[in-house]
Amino acid sequence: MSTTPAISALRGMLAGLEAERLPGGTQFFHLGAPRADATLGGPLACGALHEIFAAEAGDMAAAAGFALALALRAAAGRPAGETRPLLWVRQETVDAEAGRLAADGLLTLGIDPARLLLVRAPGAEAALRAADDAARCAALGAVILEPWGEPKALDLTATRRLSLRAGESGVPLLMLRPSGRPGPSAGATRWRIRAAPSRALAGEAPGAPGFLVELLRHRAGHAGGSWHLEWNHETRSFHDDVALPRFVVPVPVRRETGQAATGTTALRESARQLPFRRAG
Amino acid sequence: MALDAPDGLVLDISGCAHLFGGEVALRTRLLAHLKRHGLTAYAVVASTPDAARAPVRCGLGGLIAPGEEARRLSGLPVAALGLAPATASGLSRAGLKTLGDLAGRPATPLAARFGEEMLVKLRRTLGLEDARIVPRRPLPDCIAERRFAEPIARECDIEGSLALLVGEVGRMLEARGEGGRAFEASFFRTDGAVRRLTVETARPSRDGASLARLFREKLDSLADPLDPGFGFDLVRLAVLRAEPLAAAQIGLDGRINEDEEIAALVDRLTTRLGRERVLRFMLRDTHNPSRAGALVPAIDGPAAPSPAEAEAETLPRPITLFEPPQPIEALAEVPDGPPLRFRWRRVLHEVARAEGPERIAPEWWRLLAAPTAPEGARTRDYYRVENREGRRFWLFRAGLYERGGGTPRWFLHGLFP
Repeated sequence: MSTTPAISALRGMLAGLEAERLPGGTQFFHLGAPRADATLGGPLACGALHEIFAAEAGDMAAAAGFALALALRAAAGRPAGETRPLLWVRQETVDAEAGRLAADGLLTLGIDPARLLLVRAPGAEAALRAADDAARCAALGAVILEPWGEPKALDLTATRRLSLRAGESGVPLLMLRPSGRPGPSAGATRWRIRAAPSRALAGEAPGAPGFLVELLRHRAGHAGGSWHLEWNHETRSFHDDVALPRFVVPVPVRRETGQAATGTTALRESARQLPFRRAG
Repeated sequence: MALDAPDGLVLDISGCAHLFGGEVALRTRLLAHLKRHGLTAYAVVASTPDAARAPVRCGLGGLIAPGEEARRLSGLPVAALGLAPATASGLSRAGLKTLGDLAGRPATPLAARFGEEMLVKLRRTLGLEDARIVPRRPLPDCIAERRFAEPIARECDIEGSLALLVGEVGRMLEARGEGGRAFEASFFRTDGAVRRLTVETARPSRDGASLARLFREKLDSLADPLDPGFGFDLVRLAVLRAEPLAAAQIGLDGRINEDEEIAALVDRLTTRLGRERVLRFMLRDTHNPSRAGALVPAIDGPAAPSPAEAEAETLPRPITLFEPPQPIEALAEVPDGPPLRFRWRRVLHEVARAEGPERIAPEWWRLLAAPTAPEGARTRDYYRVENREGRRFWLFRAGLYERGGGTPRWFLHGLFP
């Protein structure tokens, strides 16, 4: 098969346009959970914008925990990433709705509170601007941006700019959306988080934090995965060899199927049926 | 402290008298010190600067309690007001010899004849009106200024002059082996108004480019922008606080460079958003969850390493805390057991798993300081519960059944991921 020079020139141009070719985008990270990583079809880019949505208002804390865990994984994917500070830009409104961040809770998740810088932004625009500045600072391990609701300033252009900044500096940028629905965005991945029943410890005590994670979009690979992940704060890694909990977990996407899925197979089935959606 | 010409000093002692054992002790001690230096002095403590000044001019001393000014000062001669000689002689010629005479007169004719200034002084002396002193400022370590024959008003001129001044100050600091932590730019307007802008840095700095950027950031983020009016004819840059700063060698791994980068980011965000918005955590050694992690301005310095025992903490803690804790309606199976179900923000949660109680008693030494804190004063039994959807909460019951004191109430204090 012979290709004309024009086509190979076009290929070269397209390759140049790919986000992964940017200098900062060469670092990657895994979730650490074998099955989920296999479905993802490759590692995730560090220098990119990842969006994390809470499935419902009650899942705000779960989404925050997942974002922090993902930030730790992403920071660890960079050289000397275990010690680099993280920056959390939080719109002030979130403090009233979800409570203020607690140092002890950060320790519980496996991050030293001294490593975290917190910016309390008075509004969404100030938060975006602070995140924009932070994403340019290559010395940071990761940046978490947490705007409230669906601010006007957070449009396709803004997310495009943020993901370019992340690509240039290589700093992972996680946008945590405790409320608000997915809109058009230039993010590399988009996750929807739901709290999952944990594996009970002795005496019916709640165990390690569990998340029902849905991958709504993934620019560089397959989207539409859905896993039950558990965070281990000692190894600072996710794992998904979780025996399914006793309780019935309704899978939210296919409401019309009616009955809740029961057991491992049903969950897997519905995971496979998840529609491939690209918003934006 | 302010000068009171020709031979007086006015000290603002609001809020610091108790450090010297009260106003009486402060005054006695001050006079004793002055006497040891061979100075004769009179001192009066009063609630306004003018009320203290008037008796001192007449060679009196003592304490004037608030509200007593009119009674105590009415016998003083009008000269105590410190008026111009012409006004004072005019008053005495009119037969008005004491402050009491003046205070008894209607104000309007007096103002018409002797001027408004005299009445203002009288009101301030009698404590009817308050006035603050104009303090002498400590002279900064390092100052650079530019005077302009032609006042400047354009933004680019202002920024340009600041950039020049920052460079000058940087060279001065370098010669002294120091770096500044706080810088103040003063803009003197042609009509006499002075506007001051302060910029702080997380670590000593003398880098002209980054300081100029911080000032530009500050100018951009001002709520009420710098109003040049008819222009500024003097711009002054002062270093308010300087610390030793050795010339830094960038390591081969570039790590020094990275710390600098983060400090620069903190400076920029702090300049734009304010000190109280760019924070870092400081762990306190306490078992009280509300007090365990304090947030301090990040610009005040690098974080102290977390205490070693914090690492050994085994009990899980929530990632977010509600301050104050949110009241919930809870139903428990047994009086001192975990709740079966509870209602928070109008949603009913069925508890599937629970761990507890973890009993946290208030810190009794704080109770002694504030005995009237009923909610905080009760022992709390904390439960870590998980509802059927897998959401995890941190609940507590305030108060114990066996101690009495009413039915214990339930609160939600935090959320787990």
